[in-house]
Amino acid sequence: MLTLIAILVDGLIYSSYLFMVAVGLTVIFGVMKILNVTHGSFYAFGAYMSATLVGIYYQTDLPEFGGFLAIFGAALVVGLFFGVVLERGLLRFLYHRDEHTIVLATFAMFLVLEDVLLMIWGTDPYYATEPMGLLGFIDYEALSYDLYRLSFIALAIVVGLGLWLGLTRTKWGKILLAVIFDREISQAMGINVTVVFLVTFVIGSILGALGGAYIAPTISVSPGIGVEVIVLAFAVVVIGGMGSIPGAMIGSLLVGISRAAAVHKFPEIELFVIYAIMAAVLAFRPEGLFAPAQARKI
Amino acid sequence: MRHIDKTVVGLTIAFLALLFADFFMAEWMRFIGLQSLARGTVALGLLVLWRTGLVSFGHALYFGFGAYAAAMLTLLGYHDAFFLVFAGTLIAGLLAFLLGFLLRRYRAIFFALLNMAFSMILYGVIVKTEALGSTDGFSVLAPTFLGYAPEGEAVQTTLFLFTLVFTYLITLGVHLYLKTTLGGMSMAVRENEIRVEYLGYSAEKVIHFKYVLSGLVAGFGGAIMALAIGQVDPDSMANWTVSGEFVFITILSGIGNVAATFVGALVFELIRTYAFEYAPQFWQFILGGSLLAIIMFLPDGIWSVLSRLRKAEKAPSP
Repeated sequence: MLTLIAILVDGLIYSSYLFMVAVGLTVIFGVMKILNVTHGSFYAFGAYMSATLVGIYYQTDLPEFGGFLAIFGAALVVGLFFGVVLERGLLRFLYHRDEHTIVLATFAMFLVLEDVLLMIWGTDPYYATEPMGLLGFIDYEALSYDLYRLSFIALAIVVGLGLWLGLTRTKWGKILLAVIFDREISQAMGINVTVVFLVTFVIGSILGALGGAYIAPTISVSPGIGVEVIVLAFAVVVIGGMGSIPGAMIGSLLVGISRAAAVHKFPEIELFVIYAIMAAVLAFRPEGLFAPAQARKI
Repeated sequence: MRHIDKTVVGLTIAFLALLFADFFMAEWMRFIGLQSLARGTVALGLLVLWRTGLVSFGHALYFGFGAYAAAMLTLLGYHDAFFLVFAGTLIAGLLAFLLGFLLRRYRAIFFALLNMAFSMILYGVIVKTEALGSTDGFSVLAPTFLGYAPEGEAVQTTLFLFTLVFTYLITLGVHLYLKTTLGGMSMAVRENEIRVEYLGYSAEKVIHFKYVLSGLVAGFGGAIMALAIGQVDPDSMANWTVSGEFVFITILSGIGNVAATFVGALVFELIRTYAFEYAPQFWQFILGGSLLAIIMFLPDGIWSVLSRLRKAEKAPSP
């Protein structure tokens, strides 16, 4: 029983983390049809920036809980900067090229940014654990959880709900849906697709950076974290259906809870249970669990 | 009049020149050459797929499978290069044949990602298997060649000869295959699959065949790589970044000609080696930067420089 609870709670925490990372990727794919490998760099830069800012913040005498501001600030700075620079400086020249080329261009950018990261922060790991200590722990029988990790779940719910409400309840959301449905017609109707793309990409980047920034206090921020996370995010997004926000949620729940179960019960298969699920889902529903079917072109 | 195939002539000349050069090459050149041949062969398989409109982000699966199959056979006491490479190629081809039944139903980004998923499963299995050295991998002893057991530098010289002969045969085979009706179907499937079906061909079978072919050559490349480096490890054999590098080579070379893949592989290897040698902190930066430059300014790969020059020559002077 206790194991079951542990699996569920660990699974939920991990799912929320996955959702945070994957949702930005799926937003960008949904609107722009770009599979953005650079997302891994946004995540890594977010984590490093957050670790740095949190470190600086706690050297001052400002109120302790302001450390969270440093985390969100880091995500905002990284996302805004890279989002704007990449979309305006690179991607907009590639929109007319085929999708594989764009994926490869983002892969190239990812390689470049990996080294930029090393140039700025070097190879030493960074730790910024102060915000974690702030929230304290909660005990349940033999289990002990720190509230910071549990707050992932809250953050994921807030982000998910916010995106969903923004998409379905605001004018901006309607415009976005129109662009997703038909880029050319919406342009003809007077929607400024260039701006829509830029804003979408920046939002996606900020979300990616936020995933990294928020996880930073719980991990040792070291080189290579971007490589790992990008395949994870891909797996989640592919399982849920590319471009679908509810899909990203279901995908991360599926992957998160299965991985937690694997960690507790069969630790030796932990690493590939994720990809096995991805392969299985793709085998039966190649477009993912939540993506709408598309008509074949004749 | 008999038509002379320029590619066949060019390949043969390059083959003979390299065969001759093998005896004079410096060791580091031979090492780069071996790696380029191994990677180039994998890219050859990707070229065949790419002509069909399919890009795989997971061919490290077959590369790694071939490499590990060959390496594991050395653990069992087999050391003959012919046997090891043949087995690595075949076993990767068999895997491609089996997965092909599933993968041939997918197109575009789904094909790319499903391949990646399978390759990451292999990666996960290798990393979690202590007997295979986990993330460190294990080393592979120098191979023998039909009873001939070279020592010292002669190992690499013989391996280079061996690789060169087989790569030449494979490349020629692929080139000739692309000229057959089945090979020509590639473009047709890419352009309009449904019309191909109405003409009475099975697009899925065409794709399946090409997929097995690409798996075979990727397994060959992997087995050669394992013998050339004398070491197998998951991060340089089976991780998704390795698949990315293969696609990189294909972009670099363009899909115009089979010979281009080896030029592309050589350029890739040179960029990588020199970037790593002179700027170890920046080698990914340089690699990524050159890839971006190619994508932006040479969308059809370096081979297109040649055809551009040829066109410029032919154009009448004003």
